[in-house]
Amino acid sequence: MSRAETSAPKGSEERREEPREQPHRTEQPHRTVSRRATFRGTLFGSELLTTFRRWRTLALLAVLAAVPILVGTAVKIETGDGSSADPAGGGPAFISQISNNGLFLVFTGLAATLPFFLPMAIGVIAGDAIAGESSAGTLRYLLVAPAGRTRLLLTKYATTLTFCLVATLVVAISALTAGAFLFPLGDLTTISGTKISFTEGLGRALLIALVVAASLIGVAALGLFISTLTSSGIAAMATTVGLLITIQILDQIPQLHALQPYFFSHYWLSFADLMREPVYWDELVKNLGLQALYAAVFGSAAWARFTTKDIPA
Amino acid sequence: MEEPSATEPQESHRDDDAVIVTRALTKRYRGGQLAVDGLDLTVPAGSVFGFLGPNGSGKTTTIRMLMGLIEPTSGTARVLGRPMPRATRAVLPQVGALIEGPALYGFLSGRDNLVRYDSADPTADPRTRRARVAAALDRVGLTAAAGKKARAYSLGMKQRLGLAAALLQPRRLLVLDEPTNGLDPQGMREIRSLVRELASDGTTVFLSSHLLDEIEQVCTHAAVMAQGRLITQGAVAELAAGTRGRLVVTTPDTADAARVLKEQGVADMVVTEDRVTGEVPEGDRELADLNAALVGAGVRVRGFGVERASLEDAFMALTGEGFDVAG
Repeated sequence: MSRAETSAPKGSEERREEPREQPHRTEQPHRTVSRRATFRGTLFGSELLTTFRRWRTLALLAVLAAVPILVGTAVKIETGDGSSADPAGGGPAFISQISNNGLFLVFTGLAATLPFFLPMAIGVIAGDAIAGESSAGTLRYLLVAPAGRTRLLLTKYATTLTFCLVATLVVAISALTAGAFLFPLGDLTTISGTKISFTEGLGRALLIALVVAASLIGVAALGLFISTLTSSGIAAMATTVGLLITIQILDQIPQLHALQPYFFSHYWLSFADLMREPVYWDELVKNLGLQALYAAVFGSAAWARFTTKDIPA
Repeated sequence: MEEPSATEPQESHRDDDAVIVTRALTKRYRGGQLAVDGLDLTVPAGSVFGFLGPNGSGKTTTIRMLMGLIEPTSGTARVLGRPMPRATRAVLPQVGALIEGPALYGFLSGRDNLVRYDSADPTADPRTRRARVAAALDRVGLTAAAGKKARAYSLGMKQRLGLAAALLQPRRLLVLDEPTNGLDPQGMREIRSLVRELASDGTTVFLSSHLLDEIEQVCTHAAVMAQGRLITQGAVAELAAGTRGRLVVTTPDTADAARVLKEQGVADMVVTEDRVTGEVPEGDRELADLNAALVGAGVRVRGFGVERASLEDAFMALTGEGFDVAG
């Protein structure tokens, strides 16, 4: 939990560099204090604070932080007698290398959380974004403030994307900490067999975390769109998560291979290609393109829906 | 404005002054239900305008259209001279609203709820936010409870916090939907005096209620809605004056009294335990003659008089039904 809390402001600090939601900046932006105050004063700042002060958000981050710790502990117990984890035993990518190098726990942690835990957390946050405010009745007060429908929707999407980044970083940092605590650290071997230094490995880990966060852009847009369709936060969250599971199952059915390249989760695990030497970009680029496509399609759909919608009681 | 157009001088003058003007405003929900039907409402600037009607009569739907939350099916609505919902960005910062009761973030303190709503307003200056939030809390008497989580608030406290949110900035128009809901008598009195205070500062207050005496106590103007239609609107004094008072005779001999009064031309008689009430006969009939006739017929008259017409009587006369009948 403490890790989740400390990493939350980290994400918001990074977003401060992008003043996309700052209609009213103060005249003296060079003074840090006033700039921070202004940032907090924006709708985006308020939205971030509101989101990260919910117990639900913190609980989701805590669950995410726990996953790599559990994986690391399991590997530690398994390999406690000196043998290495059984490579034939399956499990998430890179799991067999963790006992040699704790840094691999970052890759394993992300590979373990990306198919379900991470998108589920995003689904909850995105699905709740509009529908939750609507069912609590707070949406009508935001709109008569007036927040502006387009501005509110953009703010909600920016907040969801920030949560994607924060959630991914929580997994990565938790994994790195647990890995450093349980296993030795050092130079590492890429999938292609070449050796890279620990520092470069750390760089790759950060890059992978960013790619994983970017892989969630599609789910975030989809969840936000679903959120504009209903006025029940629970329904929107359940639909988004249900859709996520359905897509993951359909992605396993060979007869659907013609459709599969359009599933938002199809290229998710391509992040492992960043561990090749040289990096194999093909699927990585496809993944990012697909996420951008989802963001454009469902972002427009959410906008079209939300700006014309009657706000129910 | 000094030279109103020749064709409709009064109408155009009223519209220029008006803070809210709707013309043939209609809302039909997707199920086909007609919630608001051809509403022509004019709220003069500086008035305390009571918007009256039983639950389900279309008051809240009207308010939601005025605030740009829902799109009218047909007709137009202008608030502060600008069309809604098109001009929400320009109009709404000057409007404070309490719609369908307060809605709060339960996990935030009362103060943080106000900060949240204030930061949603792009025209609100973040540098004065703390001071304005504190002033609004003070105005509704919530300063002591400002740090408490909103989920721990009583209904009355939530209502006050909702009002505080409407008072975060100086407003030209306040739209208050059932503002005294859930308040105890003391709280109701405070809200009424707050409304009067705001009105004396020049803020127009548009107040919806299903409580007639509430409207009668604070409003200068009123409109009455029933089943989606506007039944009447105007100054409160005129509305009540439009209804004749009722003759009330208190007597143990109710049957005789009713018979005599009927002979004297009193209509719409209602006999209760020891009271006979009826419409005051038209024309310049001297009421004392009625009393003399009753006494002459041996009726023991214990009380005789005319009850002043209230808004409730006006409402009954207009709708022909009791006020608590839902539309």
